Amino acid sequence: MNVTLRVWRQANASSEGRMVTYQVQDVSPDMSFLEMLDLLNEDLTVKGEEPVAFDHDCREGICGMCGVVINGTAHGRGNSPVPTTTCQLHMRSFEDGAVIDVEPWRAGPFPVIKDLVVDRGAFDRIIQAGGYVSVNTGAAPDAHANAVGKLKADRAFDAATCIGCGACVAACPNSSGMLFTAAKITHLAMLPQGQPERKLRIKNMIAQHDSEGFGGCTNIGECAEVCPKQIPFDTISQLNRDLIASLFSRDGK
Amino acid sequence: MTTTTKTARQKAEKTDAGADYFVVGEEIADAKAPAGPIEQKWAKRKFEAKLVNPANRRKLTVIIVGTGLAGGAAAASLGEAGYNVLNFCYQDSPRRAHSIAAQGGINAAKNYRNDNDSTFRLFYDTVKGGDYRARETNVYRLAEVSANIIDQCVAQGVPFAREYGGLLDNRSFGGVQVQRTFYARGQTGQQLLIGAYQALERQVAAGTVKMYARHEMLELIVVDGRARGIVTRDMVTGAIESHYADAVVLATGGYGNVFFLSTNAMGCNVTATWRAHRKGAYFGNPCYTQIHPTCIPVHGETQSKLTLMSESLRNDGRIWVPKRAEDCDKDPRQIAEADRDYYLERIYPAFGNLVPRDIASRQAKNMCDEGRGVGPAVKEFDHEGNERMVRRGVYLDFADAIGRLGKDGVAARYGNLFDMYAQITGENPYETPMRIYPAVHYTMGGLWVDYDLSSNIPGLYVTGEANFSDHGANRLGASALMQGLADGYFVLPNTINDYLAGAPFEKIDDTHPAAAEALASVKGRIEALLSVNGTRTVDSFHKELGHIMWEYCGMERTEEGLKTAIAKIDELREEFWRDVKVTGVNEDFNQTLERAGRVADFFELGRLMCVDALHRRESCGGHFRAESQTEDGEALRHDDEFLYVGAWEFTGTGEKPVLHKEPLEYNFIELKQRSYK
Repeated sequence: MNVTLRVWRQANASSEGRMVTYQVQDVSPDMSFLEMLDLLNEDLTVKGEEPVAFDHDCREGICGMCGVVINGTAHGRGNSPVPTTTCQLHMRSFEDGAVIDVEPWRAGPFPVIKDLVVDRGAFDRIIQAGGYVSVNTGAAPDAHANAVGKLKADRAFDAATCIGCGACVAACPNSSGMLFTAAKITHLAMLPQGQPERKLRIKNMIAQHDSEGFGGCTNIGECAEVCPKQIPFDTISQLNRDLIASLFSRDGK
Repeated sequence: MTTTTKTARQKAEKTDAGADYFVVGEEIADAKAPAGPIEQKWAKRKFEAKLVNPANRRKLTVIIVGTGLAGGAAAASLGEAGYNVLNFCYQDSPRRAHSIAAQGGINAAKNYRNDNDSTFRLFYDTVKGGDYRARETNVYRLAEVSANIIDQCVAQGVPFAREYGGLLDNRSFGGVQVQRTFYARGQTGQQLLIGAYQALERQVAAGTVKMYARHEMLELIVVDGRARGIVTRDMVTGAIESHYADAVVLATGGYGNVFFLSTNAMGCNVTATWRAHRKGAYFGNPCYTQIHPTCIPVHGETQSKLTLMSESLRNDGRIWVPKRAEDCDKDPRQIAEADRDYYLERIYPAFGNLVPRDIASRQAKNMCDEGRGVGPAVKEFDHEGNERMVRRGVYLDFADAIGRLGKDGVAARYGNLFDMYAQITGENPYETPMRIYPAVHYTMGGLWVDYDLSSNIPGLYVTGEANFSDHGANRLGASALMQGLADGYFVLPNTINDYLAGAPFEKIDDTHPAAAEALASVKGRIEALLSVNGTRTVDSFHKELGHIMWEYCGMERTEEGLKTAIAKIDELREEFWRDVKVTGVNEDFNQTLERAGRVADFFELGRLMCVDALHRRESCGGHFRAESQTEDGEALRHDDEFLYVGAWEFTGTGEKPVLHKEPLEYNFIELKQRSYK
């Protein structure tokens, strides 16, 4: 099959970007979307043009490094029958002759580095603000010292599957990082290990989230729709409940 | 002594090809493991090791390259201890290191199942699984600290699978007879890494760890025989920078991407360890590669990576190929039972589809070599270098399991794997058999280290998959995560202090001749890559190298094939430096330049792998040498000749490397030849 790509090209953070059209020929339906971009890049290289920069690493949907907006939806969710990362989207999801728009995550807190590559360092800083349990190596009690009921353990797990790709931010009209933050809040809030720092954690993480320039949540839900790991939307409710509760606590004041 | 047959021994002796390819140097030994009973060695070593006063730790700097389980855990732990840590990764965030892709689980000798597990049994299973090519002392310690890892991870909030009583669940994994594997659905690696990542970010916030994401290590700085720093390239700006420390730790993972197609992430590379090797660090057992039998087959020439599916699938799936080659392009459901060859059940009636990874992999290759593979034919090159099209796939059929357990029963056990398969192939495995084929998955070889995880360069430590130490010639399932975290949380933080007690060392900067030389060589190499301006892409070279490695240094190796491979690699390497096309400039985000540097190092590593494979004239672990097999075609080890670690010293590009043998002593476990018939 053959496709026409309209790809965002931008030399660096301070330069202007624009959409550039390319034809890609002899695309196999079994190729992943990124393998199709590889094909384009091989072709550009042979012609002596600069290949399109895009982030990717594991190419099996777990590292969270890849992510572009395809035809207006994060990770091409609009073209995929199932929730997916960009690397697990396959060309069989497109028609022969399709015209496909490819853009980077567009959000203030994720500045473009080059072409389709953005800087998601803000996510690391939100975790630094409190997305952990303070336990030094060697200080742990036996693993069976705390039992965790299966329902809570499963809910913690569902939230912990977040891969930090940033699709939720790219999908949100407010550029909110709330689903990402709520996933970590919920993961640790469900576990006994997360309780001592629970109220301090949410205050600090939300403060960091806001200071990075992410917007507030207005319950639109597009974030959960595009999330490749299907982080439940109601983790944001958990976050809101915990945040309100924390306001009555002296922790972090 | 082994049960080596006479004819095979004579055959092995006849073909000593070494002189043309390498020279044998002095033997080496690990000097750090203390004497005494094996269960007391680690405690003794920790007690004897020199300590660094907590008040002095912040004056000492440690560089750690890599943020996976081995690197991230070490950076967090050394930060907590109070050292000043500089941590580097090539990804945009430390959370993305490839430890994240491990699915199955992590072993620990907790004996929560009361099924007679113990530290000694985990030690025994790991040594046996490694086909008696690992160092006893290191493996025992690994088993000893395994239980602490689970405690640590649970305390961090890692959501391991639990039972309704709220306690941790276990499963049996990798052909062992106890249930000692802890798991987190099909994403244990991800959850363990997130635990280590959170501990690491906590230290970044505390100011003990400075994180350098999107930085690639391109050179080691050695001053007066000590590792004192690294040269990195800032992958956003292209800035070539030096960083200095009192010790350097490499936790940079494996080198499976030398095969181009592997289950490794696209960015995984050998550059950090290879650069250290070129500066004098010995490379241990480079030819020991693990090939995983249950991966999704190659779909065509543009395939960029392979995806593994947990080998737990072999518990209920039955593996077969058509008996007749002419049936291979038929719909498998139309092939009658009598026309199917369930070859593992036929050849290994006792173990059937659950034979070890290397046997399952090699037999799949044999079936496809016979022309009985299934799925799309893919391009490859035969031993004469001729292009050919071969079907590389065998069926993994769940029809019986669906009949026995129902579709829901199968979905409950393997649903996520079936979904993944369907998403990648576009086929429904509930209706038509899956196709699988082996793929490169893990490299047991790596930089040589002693009991303290120190390389032979003082001040250079190597942890996790990047070192050679714990898995011998074959790694057991659920042991990679265990080793990475053992090294990172518990071993390195208790051995590196012995070295750091002699620090701080003389202060150095870019004007020091060793540093200036390292910086200049990195810049020179980048300029060389950019100035070739040839006609071929980096990927086209990498793919060709991968074809050579897979054909001659993959599942089955022969002396003649390996010699051919060495000649081909030399030729291709020359062509690369003559005709590669690297677009753009250094002072930019330039992914082509990144890949070019990595591939250049893969050529040199690939050659050393072939030399190592050539010299080791025995079949052992995941390494099958065609000249060394029993009369019925099974792997044959030669303990009388090859009971040692092959540690290679670099002597110059194109020069013969020097082989240093570290004899392996088995004082606590008896050597046995494997048998699965």
